[in-house]
Amino acid sequence: MTATTVTPLGGLPDLDVHGLRRFTVAAGDTRAIAWRNLMGYVRIPQLLIFSTIQPVIFVLLFRYVFGGAISTPGVPYVDFLMPGIFAQTVTFGAMGTAIGLATDLNLGLIERFRSLPMARSAVLAGRTVADLVRNVLVIVLMVVVGFLVSYRVHTNVFAFIGAMLIVLLFGFALSWIYATVGLLVKDPETAQAASFPVLAPLIFASSAFVPVDSMPGWLQPFAEYQPLSCVVNAVRGISLGSPSGFDIFLALAWCFGILAVAAPLAVRRYRMAA
Amino acid sequence: MTESAISVQGLRKRFGDVVALDGIDFAVPAGTVLGLLGPNGAGKTTAVRVLTTILSPDDGQAEVLGLDVVRRPEAVRARIGLAGQYAAVDQNLSGRENLRLIGRLTHMPRQLIAPRADELLERFDLVDAADRPARTYSGGMRRRLDLAAALVHRPPVLFLDEPTTGLDPQSRRDVWGMIGELVREGTTLLLTTQYLEEADRLADQIVVIDHGLVIAEGTAAELKARLGATVVEIGLGDPGEARRAKSLLAPYAVREPELEDSQVRIEICEGPRTIIDALRTLDGDGLAAETLTVREPSLDDVFLALTGRPAEPSEPDEQVSTRGAA
Repeated sequence: MTATTVTPLGGLPDLDVHGLRRFTVAAGDTRAIAWRNLMGYVRIPQLLIFSTIQPVIFVLLFRYVFGGAISTPGVPYVDFLMPGIFAQTVTFGAMGTAIGLATDLNLGLIERFRSLPMARSAVLAGRTVADLVRNVLVIVLMVVVGFLVSYRVHTNVFAFIGAMLIVLLFGFALSWIYATVGLLVKDPETAQAASFPVLAPLIFASSAFVPVDSMPGWLQPFAEYQPLSCVVNAVRGISLGSPSGFDIFLALAWCFGILAVAAPLAVRRYRMAA
Repeated sequence: MTESAISVQGLRKRFGDVVALDGIDFAVPAGTVLGLLGPNGAGKTTAVRVLTTILSPDDGQAEVLGLDVVRRPEAVRARIGLAGQYAAVDQNLSGRENLRLIGRLTHMPRQLIAPRADELLERFDLVDAADRPARTYSGGMRRRLDLAAALVHRPPVLFLDEPTTGLDPQSRRDVWGMIGELVREGTTLLLTTQYLEEADRLADQIVVIDHGLVIAEGTAAELKARLGATVVEIGLGDPGEARRAKSLLAPYAVREPELEDSQVRIEICEGPRTIIDALRTLDGDGLAAETLTVREPSLDDVFLALTGRPAEPSEPDEQVSTRGAA
């Protein structure tokens, strides 16, 4: 009997692929994985619907219930609120990255992907890119909701789109943190439960819903300079027509800083996960 | 000389204090089927994970088609298929979409992907369900889809980790039939299983592992011969008759028959032929068997014979249940 009577149909990388070819392979694999993750939202639209109901409730709650008690001198509260809502929405949404990866790990899909001749980076990148696409949809929806409750943007369209790009970049960076969480906890329920205690202080001890100077003195330094606040401050400045270069710098520094640390950690964790 | 499609030498892997593989060796000639037999926690899944480049070993060497799994993982992955006990398919995608996704991820030429997916759906009897989400599939269908997914890029070497665990008897026979077909086409197969019957049915060669060590190897027939084979229990009218039957049956048994009340228990080698002869002998002496039980040796019997202790009770997760070797 000859050694191999069966010939594989795929490409055979006898020499390890390098350079540009390696990059295009990884990009193709990432696209395939991102497509499969997005199909999940298409097939189970409830997932997307329920994850957008929560931020809508926050808008209504803060706009019409708590808002009256929160003083934001010189700025209508809804204009103060909406940048906070955008950042909060992508922050909660990042949990989806953890839940998605934990589900795949649980079902043995990650194991299958690891046995395929695909780019190692594609499983994580495909997940975070799919979550980025989902965030684009959710942010567009939240902007519409904002306009419906009389949110006004005091700048031009391009500056506003730039602000939304900062929000999306922040969500993308957080997704990489949550990728590690999802691979560590390995089941979707735990991923959700483990995320909340970290998210709550990030979202509420921030400038998202109330001015930081209304908080006790010991909390103010954290609340002012933690990543979510920096993003909110930058976006709020742009949205109110008074952009601050320093705020935008801080926001971008946090986003790229988180990416630089979280992405390698997630990739390392992925190599070990089985 | 036949080349080895899979070869493993001195493979070791530990997880913390737990030794999963304690230096195993085996080889699978190209185009043949090796059954890796052992209870849960024996190290079967760990061996498969190392060979499929998912885990790296602590020590030892493993090669697939002459390619070292540690040094050439990408080349190995292009040539293998893996189907596990979890039926790892995307629940939200349809069967067809799942297969096409694997085609893309194995970098098959685009024009081949769709026809290959259709061919596999046909072959695994999934045409009617091809466009339904895998979430709606039965356990047997999902397992067949998982098996099909492992074959999309037509890998010459296939790893099946407990391919029929948890399936009903009909689905199990279906999967066996499909595996048999692959093997006839020349695919080299490494199969892990807890069922001697499955290894017997599918494997050319069986390696029995326990606590990360190879404790026996050979063909199914060789292993069974070492076991004392089939157990036959014959119930007679009363203990007196049973005593007479015992002495009449002794020549057919491989060991001294055992007597329990009005029941005689013998172990025989040559299955059905011997049973017929034995019953004729009893009949010729005016003894009528009132009950008859025939039991083929199970994994438990293999273990009892090889290790002097029964296979430990099954636990769901191999990685959790792998025990220390000490």
